[in-house]
Amino acid sequence: MIETEIAIRGEAAGLECATVPVITLEGADKVFSNGMRGLDPIDLQIAPREFVSLIGPSGCGKSTLLKLFANLIEPSGGRMQWWGEDFRRVGSAGRRLAFVFQDPTLMPWARIEENVALPLDLAGVATAEIEQRVAGALEHVGLTAFRRHYPRQLSGGMRMRASIARALVTNPDLLLMDEPFGALDEFTRNKLDADLLQLSFERHLTTVFVTHSLYEAVFLSTRIIVMASQPGRVFAEFVVNEPEPRTEEFRTSARFAEQCRELSGILTQAARASGVV
Amino acid sequence: MKLDDPFVRTAAPFVVGVILVSVWEIVCRAADIPKYLFPKPSEIAVSLFTQAPMLLHALESTLLVTLEAFAISVVVGTLISFVFVQSKLLEVSLFPYAVLAQVTPIVAVAPLIIVLVKNTAISLTICATVIAIFPIISNTTIGLRSVDPGLLSYFKMNKASRLKMLLRLRIPSALPYFLAGLRISSGLALIGAVVAEFVAGTGGRSAGLAFQILQAGFQLDIPLMFASLLLIAVTGVVLYLAMVALTKALLGNWHESALTEEH
Repeated sequence: MIETEIAIRGEAAGLECATVPVITLEGADKVFSNGMRGLDPIDLQIAPREFVSLIGPSGCGKSTLLKLFANLIEPSGGRMQWWGEDFRRVGSAGRRLAFVFQDPTLMPWARIEENVALPLDLAGVATAEIEQRVAGALEHVGLTAFRRHYPRQLSGGMRMRASIARALVTNPDLLLMDEPFGALDEFTRNKLDADLLQLSFERHLTTVFVTHSLYEAVFLSTRIIVMASQPGRVFAEFVVNEPEPRTEEFRTSARFAEQCRELSGILTQAARASGVV
Repeated sequence: MKLDDPFVRTAAPFVVGVILVSVWEIVCRAADIPKYLFPKPSEIAVSLFTQAPMLLHALESTLLVTLEAFAISVVVGTLISFVFVQSKLLEVSLFPYAVLAQVTPIVAVAPLIIVLVKNTAISLTICATVIAIFPIISNTTIGLRSVDPGLLSYFKMNKASRLKMLLRLRIPSALPYFLAGLRISSGLALIGAVVAEFVAGTGGRSAGLAFQILQAGFQLDIPLMFASLLLIAVTGVVLYLAMVALTKALLGNWHESALTEEH
């Protein structure tokens, strides 16, 4: 396998042996209905409290893999487990996972607080509890003052915050994010990255994050999964060597620059292996 | 001058109207056109006042048919679109007939309906409903189907029930389309009512403003004809404005079509 070409530094999250992994893939693959091969069989574990980024050239199946994790699509073969149990048996009664899309996907006709309340409303949670939890989630993302606004009245960054609040309001254990800040300007993105790190640290979240930006990946992740395309596959893993909680200082440090440079090298190889370069 | 100013937006067309009516009056007076050829606005106004009881009675009758047809169209049309959205098979089987009802000129169908249905009021309402219902069906169906795919997968991911999906997602998504349908349908209901009255009126079985126009034509009472026409036009405008106000009230906070201020 190509993964062996790349030296993996450190132990890939030493927690793995002690606790049940949040997600386990055993030879899970995806062949689309048109016969196109989306993902080669993948073996992968994600441990509690990890922050894993998926990165790679476009068409490498990172979004497909994320959707597989969320059970938005079903694997064509192999096994997928959530918290050590077959995902089909865990169902909706199991522990909660939340998905944040590339777009905020807010309901334009509903106020921010109504948007954030949506997953609880759909789950049939009592009104009093909804109010309390929505207030908490909005507070967390700094949107309390805008709770009565409509999505169109907010900036792109604020809409994304609302989308994150909607994910947090269910108290998820697993947060799946598909290039959530891709459409934002760099300043907003950096700010949201830092906020996201703090949130996932405070709330003990396990996060899987799809991104195009290697800087974002290095800044956020404990582990980065580099993918290659044609067909989509895991190309290499890269463990970011920086303790948590991380601070803004990390972003400008030599350690950060060094690891970005290293990851950039792996990405170049992944692109070459994908036939992109 | 700011074109967004509501005062300007009201005053400008009003000024145009005053100028047009004045020119009309002056030209008619200057050329001494007899009122059985082309009446002056003042003569129309006199006719409007002197014949007010009769005209108001006719207006009431036309308005009743229009509003009944509109109400039936909204209720039945919306129900039909809900059925269409539930089953694609039903939609492809039945939609052609909705189109058929829409494209067949009501003038051609109205005599048949009026002959078949003894009660004039009911036959008029049926005629108006036949054409007013189509925009409701087509717009609401499109609206119920035009759901943001991202939101749809979000609802599915959260295992939303069919009912919640309908109430929280499909109906709000369809609302702008439905309201656009209302605007068209309200106008068509009036057109349908007037056309049906004409057809029924030629058989001598009607009241209504169109019947007044017919009668006025027979008697060469052209000012009365204009007065009736004016009332029909005013009814249409009032209906339209009511729909605009309703749209504004329901969508004003969020939908692009109803926003006034820049953001």
